[in-house]
Amino acid sequence: MPDTLLATNRLDAHYGDFQALFGVDIEVHKGEVIAIIGANGAGKTTLMRSITGLLNNKPDMVTFRNTPIGALRADQVAKTGIAMVPEGRQLFQSLSVEENLIIGGQMGRNGPWELEKVFQLFPVLKERRAVQATALSGGQQQMVAIGRALMSNPELILFDEISLGLAPIIIKSIYEVLPGIIGEGMSAVIVEQDIAKALSVAGRVYCMQEGRISLEGRSDELTREQISAAYFGV
Amino acid sequence: MEWINAIVQGVLLGGLYALFAAGLSLIFGVMRLVNIAHGDFIVLAAFLALSITTALGVNPMLTLVLVVPLMAVIGYFLQRGILNQTLGDDILPPLLVTFGLSIIIQNGLLEIYSADPQKMNAGAIETASIALPGDLNVGVLPLLMFAVSVAVIAGLQWIFYQSALGRAFRAVSDKQDIAQLMGLNKAHVFGLAMALSLAVVGIAGVFLGIRTSFDPSIGPGRLIFGFEAVIIGGLGNLWGTLIGGIILGVSQNIGAQINPGWQLLAGHIAFLIVLAVKPRGLFPRID
Repeated sequence: MPDTLLATNRLDAHYGDFQALFGVDIEVHKGEVIAIIGANGAGKTTLMRSITGLLNNKPDMVTFRNTPIGALRADQVAKTGIAMVPEGRQLFQSLSVEENLIIGGQMGRNGPWELEKVFQLFPVLKERRAVQATALSGGQQQMVAIGRALMSNPELILFDEISLGLAPIIIKSIYEVLPGIIGEGMSAVIVEQDIAKALSVAGRVYCMQEGRISLEGRSDELTREQISAAYFGV
Repeated sequence: MEWINAIVQGVLLGGLYALFAAGLSLIFGVMRLVNIAHGDFIVLAAFLALSITTALGVNPMLTLVLVVPLMAVIGYFLQRGILNQTLGDDILPPLLVTFGLSIIIQNGLLEIYSADPQKMNAGAIETASIALPGDLNVGVLPLLMFAVSVAVIAGLQWIFYQSALGRAFRAVSDKQDIAQLMGLNKAHVFGLAMALSLAVVGIAGVFLGIRTSFDPSIGPGRLIFGFEAVIIGGLGNLWGTLIGGIILGVSQNIGAQINPGWQLLAGHIAFLIVLAVKPRGLFPRID
């Protein structure tokens, strides 16, 4: 029985009267990388918002290290050790590159990641540390977003659509650094529309469709046909 | 010479207006909240200082030691208890609630202190003056108040752009959700912003009560001066707010020099001219 870090338990999520998630069960084990794939509107981002506390649920619907966190505020969840690289980077435009990184680390969680280590991982950020964060190119902004999440020394890191809107060469270089990051003993959830990219780094995959998990399995055991069926519902 | 004198006095008065405005500008910058009761909090601080100076028999300048922290505490709990509940996509609820607060404070003060004008006496320093070349006399007290105003603006500027608290203010102002993901509790950060705003209001209130007579009804007028200083200087720029306050103070004094009845009108006209020529203010923050 593997050691469960994060689990959602029959997770339902609503925006007002609209129900976006229906009984979603996922599990992330310690040190594991999973991918969540699915088309637009399948509920991937809602699932991320529920895990991080931006969307509140019943306490037991999300558990982290066997502690219910479903009803905690986002800042409380962050302090338990979950960080997110949000879709569209979402850097703070009034803060410099360095300040964006520092604010990610201001929770005071101990661990290997600090400013110098992020600069080692992405040397270009060190050169541009004093620049306003949103003045960087898209790829460099994504590096800041990843660095900002790492700075809190999370146990679990969520990557929401990290390749969206980036040039293929940038996506490739970002996926090249991922295994090194996760190798530090962190667990990760990767949300992607690019199925091949997701399968290349994740050990297990969940496919979502219309707010439900339509398929789950080990990435090396699932066939393309199974995934297409679960992805498009054909 | 009278004109130069009017301008110098106007500059010094402008420092006080900048203090009225700085707290207003700060909370608008952090949480897009327009505090209609801001002027009434200034008057509340003046009355607090009056009560303390009467009870303890100390110089009103010394009451700053109590009034400033007291106002900061009021600000924090006001934000956590009431104003946070009004913030959202709709800008109307905070306007209505702070408008209601304005009425409550005015009437509360009227009930306790009556409508009689009050003034605090700071002693010998009030009449002391420094002679400048060219027959110009500058009061020590207005000069001191101006120096404090500049120091407060410089301090706020430092907090906002150099400190961890300021980083949190800017992050929450930029993106509330994402700031929460960084472990910042926005309700607490907003509380701290309001505490800082009302701490500055505390200084402004004590200075107001020493400089001029005050009564419970003058809050809204101070709010207007604060608004005008912020808009003239450009939203989100604290040094701009200081210059806005100075322009307002100088215009008022020049107006008064022409005809005593024109004092307020001249300030409003200067404001209208800036609004017409540069609607975003003279020094808007570059985004």
